Amino acid sequence: MSIEDDLLREPSGGHAVAVAFRRSNVVMGARWATHVNGWLLLLPAAVLLVTFTHYPAVATFIGSFFSTPKGARPAVFVGLDNYQAMIEDPIFWQALHNNIIYAVSTIPLTIMLALFMAVAVNAKLVGRSFMRLAFFTPTVLPMIAVANIWLFFYSPGYGLVDQVFNLFGVPAHNWLGDEHTALACLIVVAVWKDAGFFMIFYLAALQQISPNLSEAAALEGTSRWYFFRRVTFPLLMPTTLFVLINAIINSFRLVDHIVVMTRGGPNNTTALLLYYIYEVGFKFWDTAFAATLTVVLLVLLAAMALGQFIFLDRRIHYQ
Amino acid sequence: MNAHLQTSRMSAVLERTGAWLLAFLWILPLAYALWAAIHPSAYSAHFTLNAPLTLENFVKAWNAAPFSRYFLNTFMLVTMILAAQLVLCTFAAYAFARFKFYGRELAFVLVLLQLMIMPDVLIVENYRTMTAAGIVDTIPAIGLPYMASAFGIFLLRQTFKTVPSELDEAARVEGASPLQVLLKVYVPLAKPIYVAYGLVSISYHWNNFLWPLIITNSVSTRPLTVGLQIFASSDQGIDWSLIAAATLMTSAPLLTAFLLFQRQFVQSFMRAGIR
Repeated sequence: MSIEDDLLREPSGGHAVAVAFRRSNVVMGARWATHVNGWLLLLPAAVLLVTFTHYPAVATFIGSFFSTPKGARPAVFVGLDNYQAMIEDPIFWQALHNNIIYAVSTIPLTIMLALFMAVAVNAKLVGRSFMRLAFFTPTVLPMIAVANIWLFFYSPGYGLVDQVFNLFGVPAHNWLGDEHTALACLIVVAVWKDAGFFMIFYLAALQQISPNLSEAAALEGTSRWYFFRRVTFPLLMPTTLFVLINAIINSFRLVDHIVVMTRGGPNNTTALLLYYIYEVGFKFWDTAFAATLTVVLLVLLAAMALGQFIFLDRRIHYQ
Repeated sequence: MNAHLQTSRMSAVLERTGAWLLAFLWILPLAYALWAAIHPSAYSAHFTLNAPLTLENFVKAWNAAPFSRYFLNTFMLVTMILAAQLVLCTFAAYAFARFKFYGRELAFVLVLLQLMIMPDVLIVENYRTMTAAGIVDTIPAIGLPYMASAFGIFLLRQTFKTVPSELDEAARVEGASPLQVLLKVYVPLAKPIYVAYGLVSISYHWNNFLWPLIITNSVSTRPLTVGLQIFASSDQGIDWSLIAAATLMTSAPLLTAFLLFQRQFVQSFMRAGIR
């Protein structure tokens, strides 16, 4: 591949030993240079990565066994006290529960819609370029900005949702203020934001599927739905797995809309894990407890990372 | 046969109608923001064709908060992050793609870890680090955790690996140093990937919110997203027209770029995602 491979290729002939001896010095030098150059190139990125990813991950774990420093009192080792407090904290369980509901409803909805969008945009429909534009636009807009628009949509009485429902005689409703509907409102926003983003991966995958397949199927009189179910969908499986992993990460990573729309309320029904960490860490300034909560989030994400390694292995077979 | 044709035609109509309906729903928030922004407040929730047009909301919103400063902050932030990312990720990717150094595999796995454990979730410890370094409430503090991007390293490494090694060797035979080979051979060949990565990075950091919210607390450092949130949640009473105008303003540069270079954008996000 590189110089060293070249140098390692020994010439065959009478002088082989002498040449090999001379070369081995060169090889040693080249190898040494390879190691040094490799590490030098990596160093700047490695320093930043260690400082802002690996160190904080480890420090979070260690910090979860200490108390929060208060005033002149430094942090002291408290063993599993923080974990004990976490297990006894009903809001933690609620945030975890909320996050699971949020993920379990956002992810399949987003994936199904993304797939439908991709199929629609890929077909020769009238206005497909407008459709692609409409579907993809939420991706480039800041979540914080569009959350404000959605906040208006949901406002009781004169918001767009109530105005539309009013046409059908449904009375006004405080969508974000009601414990039963608030989380669902956030789920809608998340689906709206991400579906178009995931659409483009399906679109790319669809364009790689040979048109011969659908032509053959059409000749056989296969219905479009049957063809989709038995041919297109299985062929899109690697894309679905890729999208799935990203959707899972997003459901634990993005809480911007919660800050704008509900601040975790009413009654903590919309507090997701990261939002709760933010509240505990930067509103109540209980950093040790926030670290403990972060450990839970990190464990969840690490489990996902493990899943991805298995999934990456699987993907190779498809390609 | 006839019945079969009929059901398939019906499902086609259904699919088309569904797609149109969905597209309409998806563009609705933006369309509404536009409506509210260019009409007087009285019409923000009242939709009639004869509503008068106005640009006053934009003027009012612009004057109600230091948006010009926020724009400048976001611009500096995004530029700083992208410049650092391009340099750092290029070097690291080159190392991973073409140097067989000790511990390469382990180092690579450690880099990939950041794809899962992102700076977005390490807010508590990173805030502590920034405090210790004495750089809380500075623009570099917003950007630092994102500068060494595992995603960028991975993307560029994949690209560099596809460069034929004959090109690399030819350049070295002519006496080019590893750094010259990188700049003369690898970087030019990866240009589309750089564009793709750049667009993704710019949109990500233009829109990023939670970390900047935590680490900044003054006008001179706040990016647009944080500024917009403070503007929208202040006690001035909720005026949807003003909020809509401010929302459009803050998204305008990205949105315009997207509308102008739509194909480029979509392809970039596609390239950056498919690895």
